[in-house]
Amino acid sequence: MALWTRKSVNVVNHVVSRVGFLGMINQSSWPHSFYRKHPISDACARNLKNPVTDFVNTPAHFPFRRFESTKAETQSDTLHDFDANQQVLDFPGGKVTFSSELRFISGSPEERVHCYRVLDDNGQIITGSTYVQVNKEVALKMYSDMVTLQMMDTIFYEAQRQGRVSFYLTTVGEEAINIASAAALTIDDLIFPQYREPGVLLWRGFTLQEFANQCFGNKADYGKGRQMPIHYGSNKHNYFTVSSTIATQIPHAVGAAYSLKMDKRDACVVTYFGDGGTSEGDFHAALNFAAVRDAPVIFICRNNGWAISTPTSDQFRSDGVVVRGQAYGIRSIRVDGNDALALYSAVHTARNIAIREHRPILIEALTYRVGHHSTSDDSTKYRPAEEIEWWRLARDPVTRFRKWIESNDWWNAEVESELRNSVRKQMLQAIQVAEKVEKPPIADVFTDVYDVPPSNLVEQEKLLRETIKRYPKDYPSDVPV
Amino acid sequence: MLGILRQKVGAGSSSAMILGQSLQRIRPAASGLRNYASAAKEMTVRDALNSALDEEMSADPKVFLMGEEVGEYQGAYKISKGLLDKYGPERVLDTPITEAGFTGIGVGAAYYGLKPIIEFMTFNFSMQARVPPRSSHSAIDHIINSAAKSNYMSAGQINVPLVFRGPNGAAAGVGAQHSQCYAAWFASCPGLKVLSPYSSEDARGLLKAAIRDPDPVVFLENELLYGESFPVSAEALDSSFCLPIGKAKIEREGKDVTITAFSKMVGYALKAADILAKEGISAEVINLRSIRPLDRATINASVRKTNRLVTVEEGFPQHGVGAEICTSVIEESFGYLDAPVERISGADVPMPYAANLERMAVPQVEDIVRGAKRACYRAVPLAATA
Repeated sequence: MALWTRKSVNVVNHVVSRVGFLGMINQSSWPHSFYRKHPISDACARNLKNPVTDFVNTPAHFPFRRFESTKAETQSDTLHDFDANQQVLDFPGGKVTFSSELRFISGSPEERVHCYRVLDDNGQIITGSTYVQVNKEVALKMYSDMVTLQMMDTIFYEAQRQGRVSFYLTTVGEEAINIASAAALTIDDLIFPQYREPGVLLWRGFTLQEFANQCFGNKADYGKGRQMPIHYGSNKHNYFTVSSTIATQIPHAVGAAYSLKMDKRDACVVTYFGDGGTSEGDFHAALNFAAVRDAPVIFICRNNGWAISTPTSDQFRSDGVVVRGQAYGIRSIRVDGNDALALYSAVHTARNIAIREHRPILIEALTYRVGHHSTSDDSTKYRPAEEIEWWRLARDPVTRFRKWIESNDWWNAEVESELRNSVRKQMLQAIQVAEKVEKPPIADVFTDVYDVPPSNLVEQEKLLRETIKRYPKDYPSDVPV
Repeated sequence: MLGILRQKVGAGSSSAMILGQSLQRIRPAASGLRNYASAAKEMTVRDALNSALDEEMSADPKVFLMGEEVGEYQGAYKISKGLLDKYGPERVLDTPITEAGFTGIGVGAAYYGLKPIIEFMTFNFSMQARVPPRSSHSAIDHIINSAAKSNYMSAGQINVPLVFRGPNGAAAGVGAQHSQCYAAWFASCPGLKVLSPYSSEDARGLLKAAIRDPDPVVFLENELLYGESFPVSAEALDSSFCLPIGKAKIEREGKDVTITAFSKMVGYALKAADILAKEGISAEVINLRSIRPLDRATINASVRKTNRLVTVEEGFPQHGVGAEICTSVIEESFGYLDAPVERISGADVPMPYAANLERMAVPQVEDIVRGAKRACYRAVPLAATA
């Protein structure tokens, strides 16, 4: 009985508030009696002894929004006596002002959302810009890491072309998003990457050797050689293993952010994804949940214009991604993704908001995927080579940042060539070592499926070992048993 | 009035009586409550699940419950009754209506230290008018691609200790999109553990085991069993009670034929065994409890004793749980079989709505009886009539 009453209350509120709402909009043309004598609300009211009293008696057990819908209903009666143009509707979620104008909200705003930047095309700070200061030490590490990332990509890409690794995917053109966002965070902030953010790991101290070990799937790889190249993951760097499935990391990030919030940790979660990923249901579910649950998470969208061969014009009709944040009730900003200082300032500020105010932030970084999607792609088949070249040369984020540090007298050509020589040497060395390190042992096929191996896998491993022992010549010698 | 009742219902074994009373008021027609008078040693599956959740949430602050209507509404089937009041909205989360969303969010929370219990609502009569029916389909990507595989893909760096639970399989009159059994689907994926309780003891012991387990567990309940009462031992009521994952239970010993079943079908198998006993056939009934890992040892030991096997499930026949059990017996005990294995399953059609057709689409007690008789050559085997 008690339960039935509760349910009925909800149904009545639902019906009444809807009827009330319609009645309000049309009150000038609809007879007053329609609302009063609506058959459904009458019938429901008869079934209920006194719904409103019930509310008062057990306020704690009713969600706020339902309570508000009752208020809307009560108010609708009193508002009938006043001028329609002045009215507001006390609706769940906040007051809504009435309008007598029949007007649809435009699907595309007259002006696109502005893009925040700090450095101009020549790497000079734009007068009057608001930004977070970056000291020399941090600036130089940012620059060195951007160069290292670019060179690592070039050399691994070549290694793939030589058939030494099966697959690779570069970050060229998006170095600033990788490095500057990482620089603005602390190691305690959890990273849920897509696959074009190895720079965050690099910033956190993952060595070129560690990158090489993963790409070559050897025994030293933290993933035990189980994932295809570029699917890095490192617990100690708070960098969650890359997932091939698009956008699944976004709801994971929100869940982890909820964990941090429950633990009252002074940290946030940062997740990255591309413009294509925003079409996945996971993106929408994650933003909505983060907003509803006040999760301290920063969503960074690398809008690089292309989802493999699909241009953003085929991906969405909205003004990019930034406007979607507002629809979900999330504070959002559009940033020049090739301006490291702007990225740093935006992420630094977003982190403070996320942690202090317990709320999600959406950052849309406008950039361009200068490389092909992956080594399985030739992007000149679907986009003009001139477009790629323009972004590669005229809008290169690394060059722009270099101009800024050079103008501060923090950098020069000599140090530049030293850095490049050193990185090249380290990379070649890392690849040589990675190739020589043993492949993962047999046991690694069977472990980690569960916390403790189940009996069927234990049995299969035993059988496999016996078979290898019996036919050693038929088994590859470079795989440790 | 309800508020007072709910506060009293502390959802533990000691308050089973109050809970029972309130339930009786809510659902006077619930058949499971008919024996309420002697309730001291009886418990509904609903109360068993509720008390298991309560005890585990109380024991471990990292455990939290998330799903549609689990909080204010106390669960579509009242499984989470009283938990919001006791543990607050931070640990009993009402979510927006996006299964893929809260499944993914649960996985993320499990990645970083929490132990989420994700409730899937498959159907609810009182919700029918307000919201479209839903089920766990849309969330399967996160269960398979994220939860099941993360520990392996990360080489043990990311384990995913979480439980996906909710009603599974056929209920009554809810049509094709709410009646499917997903046991075989989930059980085919390495990385997942799949449990399916029958009795109140199963529900308590297995759910507590699932919550404590470091791996992702899919916990398949049955809507029609929620209101059923079962006797429970004092041991099963203890908060330390836990059942081992991967162990089947012999519900009834017998020597002529082995009948394997899980969830609601265990009850049917037991009824079939009663009928068979009257005809002089002694059936051994195995309650699988765990679909993955599958307790091959118990099944094979039983078949080696009875030399005959009937598998029962509500799911579809092809690539089903019965098929897997059959393979296990053929691999390990082929020489012991005295008759072809009989597989009783749901019909190979989407579930029809009309009651008469629905009844024909799921196994009935008499189907199990006939199957057992065929296996014992007390009826004409299907192979002979083909």
